[in-house]
Amino acid sequence: MRADRLRRSAFGSRAVWLLLSATAVLSCSSGRGADDVTTLRFWGMGREGEVVAELMAGFHRENPDIRVRVQQIPWTAAHEKLLTGFVGGAMPDVAQLGNTWIAEFAAINALEPLDAWIARSAELSAGEYFDGIWSTNVVSDTVWGVPWYVDTRVIFYRTDLLSQAGYDSMPRTWDGWVAAMHAVKRIAGPDRYAIFLPTNEWAQPALLGLQNGSTLLNADGTRGAFSEPSFREAFEFYLSLYRDGLAPPMGHYDVANPYQEFGRGFFAMWITGPWNLGEFQRRLPAETQGSWSTAPMPGPDRAENGVSLAGGASLVMYRDTDHPEAAWKLIEYLSRPEQQQRFYELTGSLPARTAAWEGSDLATAPLTRAFWEQLQHVEPLPAVPEIESIMSRLIEHSEASIRGGTSAADALAALDRDTDRMLEKRRWMLGRARERP
Amino acid sequence: MSRAGWYFVAPALVLIGIFFFIPVAGSLLLSLTDFDIYAIADRGNARFVGLRNYADMFGNSVFWIAVRNTFYFALVGGPLTVAASLAAALLINARVVRYKSFFRTIFFIPFVTTLVAVAIVWRYLYHPQYGMLNYALGWFGVAPIDWLGDPRTAMPAIIMLAIWKNFGYNMLIFIAGMQTIPSELYEAAELDGAGAIRQFRHITLPMLAPTFLFVGVITMIGYFQLFAEPYVMTAGGPLRSTTSLVLLMYEEGFRWWRMGAAASVAFILFAIILVWTLVQFRLQREAA
Amino acid sequence: MRNVQKALVYGLLLVGCVISLLPMVWMVSASLMETGAANQYPPKLFPERVTFEHYRALFTRLNLGRYLLNSAFIATTVTVLSLLINSMAGYAFAKLRFRGRDRTFRFLTLGLVIPVQVSMLPLFLLMREMGLINTYWGVIIPGMASIFGIFLIRQYALSIPDDLIDAARMDGAGEFRIYWSVILPVVRPILATLAIWTFLSTWNDFMWPLIVLSDDSMFTLPVALANLSGERVQDTELMMAGSVLTTLPVMLVFVLLQRYYVEGITMGSVKG
Repeated sequence: MRADRLRRSAFGSRAVWLLLSATAVLSCSSGRGADDVTTLRFWGMGREGEVVAELMAGFHRENPDIRVRVQQIPWTAAHEKLLTGFVGGAMPDVAQLGNTWIAEFAAINALEPLDAWIARSAELSAGEYFDGIWSTNVVSDTVWGVPWYVDTRVIFYRTDLLSQAGYDSMPRTWDGWVAAMHAVKRIAGPDRYAIFLPTNEWAQPALLGLQNGSTLLNADGTRGAFSEPSFREAFEFYLSLYRDGLAPPMGHYDVANPYQEFGRGFFAMWITGPWNLGEFQRRLPAETQGSWSTAPMPGPDRAENGVSLAGGASLVMYRDTDHPEAAWKLIEYLSRPEQQQRFYELTGSLPARTAAWEGSDLATAPLTRAFWEQLQHVEPLPAVPEIESIMSRLIEHSEASIRGGTSAADALAALDRDTDRMLEKRRWMLGRARERP
Repeated sequence: MSRAGWYFVAPALVLIGIFFFIPVAGSLLLSLTDFDIYAIADRGNARFVGLRNYADMFGNSVFWIAVRNTFYFALVGGPLTVAASLAAALLINARVVRYKSFFRTIFFIPFVTTLVAVAIVWRYLYHPQYGMLNYALGWFGVAPIDWLGDPRTAMPAIIMLAIWKNFGYNMLIFIAGMQTIPSELYEAAELDGAGAIRQFRHITLPMLAPTFLFVGVITMIGYFQLFAEPYVMTAGGPLRSTTSLVLLMYEEGFRWWRMGAAASVAFILFAIILVWTLVQFRLQREAA
Repeated sequence: MRNVQKALVYGLLLVGCVISLLPMVWMVSASLMETGAANQYPPKLFPERVTFEHYRALFTRLNLGRYLLNSAFIATTVTVLSLLINSMAGYAFAKLRFRGRDRTFRFLTLGLVIPVQVSMLPLFLLMREMGLINTYWGVIIPGMASIFGIFLIRQYALSIPDDLIDAARMDGAGEFRIYWSVILPVVRPILATLAIWTFLSTWNDFMWPLIVLSDDSMFTLPVALANLSGERVQDTELMMAGSVLTTLPVMLVFVLLQRYYVEGITMGSVKG
């Protein structure tokens, strides 16, 4: 009867429960396994996280006593997973960490300092990496990560449209660059533009500021320096590109398919990163393949000042790891030039190690040599944990100027006010640290 | 005898007390501090800041966007869901219909499904080029709409999903309510020459008034807590047009670890729900 | 006239059925399509060639079997434990006399208005202190007692005739014995409803498991699915297969046991 059925199902489910809880208890003791096999946990994000599992086969062959368990996390959830994992005490041994986040994780004592490991290592050292990239991993004179792959911004442009305007290569100074853009615009007409600068990205105004000598924040990263002349001039230059009709006042979402638009000449230049090398080849209309190239960023007055952002991700070791030696072996393995090379082939993410560039045609191939040149002149953002929130405020205030008509001085003053407020806690903590012996 | 009762309720009270009420009180306390990622590393880094989190929130434009979005969702989606449920209930309850339980089951299936799974399905249905919805609209000559990519249509898209998913639940309650209305009332009205619409307005609606209140309140309380749909489908975008209060709380708390600020959002949400529920009760009582 | 009315009503009902079921039909159908077939114009409702490769991939490469087990384990455990705990409390609030009973119950119902998200942040910190982050129990424990469940059971238990209980007491039965052998069989219908409701909502729960579980071996299906969708947003057919696997068990549970479920909801609301 119904009573029996319910009681039986209750009993049955209890039996199932006992069985499953037994399984759960058994599975809880994962990670230790047999005494002679160390299991390392590696968290990877995005495409790199998918691909890194393929690189592990070689590592396992070399180190039969170590097994690496790769867990993939989508980029959209990465920041929260990393922090939640830290707070909850459920951290991996090694992880891929975007280098703009290194300051944050170092500040909360989540990472293991790597200076001693690097000093002892026969396989890698600071000199084998791009200077600007290496310095993104250094906070308070300590090295917290080993660069894994790099990312920086260069100009992708239509060679045919530029030569129509009378230029056979991208100028190397701001003045030359603006003149080229005006020339392109004259031919393109009122409905088209010279360059695509999405209004909802902070990379462009930030790197222009860095080029002009701004440090974005003051010396110890406790107050905003956006109203200073070095940033203000760069910001006004940025705004002038919209005002003079060279760039459309549109954000990412306003352009449904930027590849299509680039292909049809809606804009002739686009400041973006290495992931688009592959995307351009895949997504541009067939007629446009072969009519585009890349060039390093022009500088305010000299080519060498054309710095760009030092982006990318590093390999970090978590402080609480039970297997530091094994973790370090993994980091060394993934940093080998051949592995960097192979990683590039699988993902399109540019290697951080200069040997991988020199040992292949990356430094000289027509599309990637702009990146090689640019990577010699990259600068990190200020290494404060709040930097990402500050950058998203930069977007808000610059959009207010571009689309809302706020003057540059007002926008930057408001940005400084917001930044100062966000850094208040940092000021308080540094103040306390100074007071303590 | 007096003691046995306490033993029976003890497990539940202990669990609810420790794992619900105490954290709620903790949230209030948290909202008065600047507990953040620095405080996780060292608890001494948290400071008591009084109502500053609330003041900062009220000065934060994203917060007001989240308030606007949440109200938009609740005040448009809520009544539409209730209307859809009522319509479905009326249809099923119509005397001419046989196989009532068959239809009732079909209409209820969307409610039972896992929200994350259907949000993913609907994300594909909303695809500007390959989605079924734009394809069907194309038959009527409507140009393709970028449902989830256009800030003007993203929230309506989420509202449609919510109506589809939730109308079945309220429908059951309406059906139950309708079945308590004596059929003699309808028969008498028909003899008097009243058509279906007049019967609806003068018999069904008034007799369903308490059901309306119940359905309205629980729907609104649920809708103010919008989270999973924007999290899975739009990440709060485009342009923050689908960022709800709970999504904002999640971002502040678990993405940026500004826990003091996140707790203040949670409490503001609680206050909104409380006030709204009281208002709804008041309005209903005055209308009755 | 009557026939026109009938046609209209049935017509509308049919439209309603199509709207209700079309997304689910497309979900199943796309999961059986070959890779890339779901992303074409014009979109197809049914697969040209049926393939199970996505299901195979989910179970082999992507470990979905593990997530299925996790969901099943957690949902079953919560259901069984919460039935016990909530029914004890609901019965006691309805029928047992003890000091402060009604005041405590009123206080509990106030909790129904508080959105659960208010408790999540400190609850996370509390669980961290207790070492329950990233464990099954971290997900199970908050679901073990529910104010709504207690409310539902109390509502039903109020209608139990007191003579039944008094008679058992006079026979010398202890309180727990009465609860187990007399009360539980009588409240069977609402227990069934609550069991199904709890199983469904625990299975479908997303936000809390998302926050508490960081090790992917412990993910429940909704969390694993959201994680997968962040990565594989291009693989429509694969994602649909994942959605089918996530939704199918609860839909089956519901369709098979729907009579109890529907009874309970309608009872609870009409009496309420």
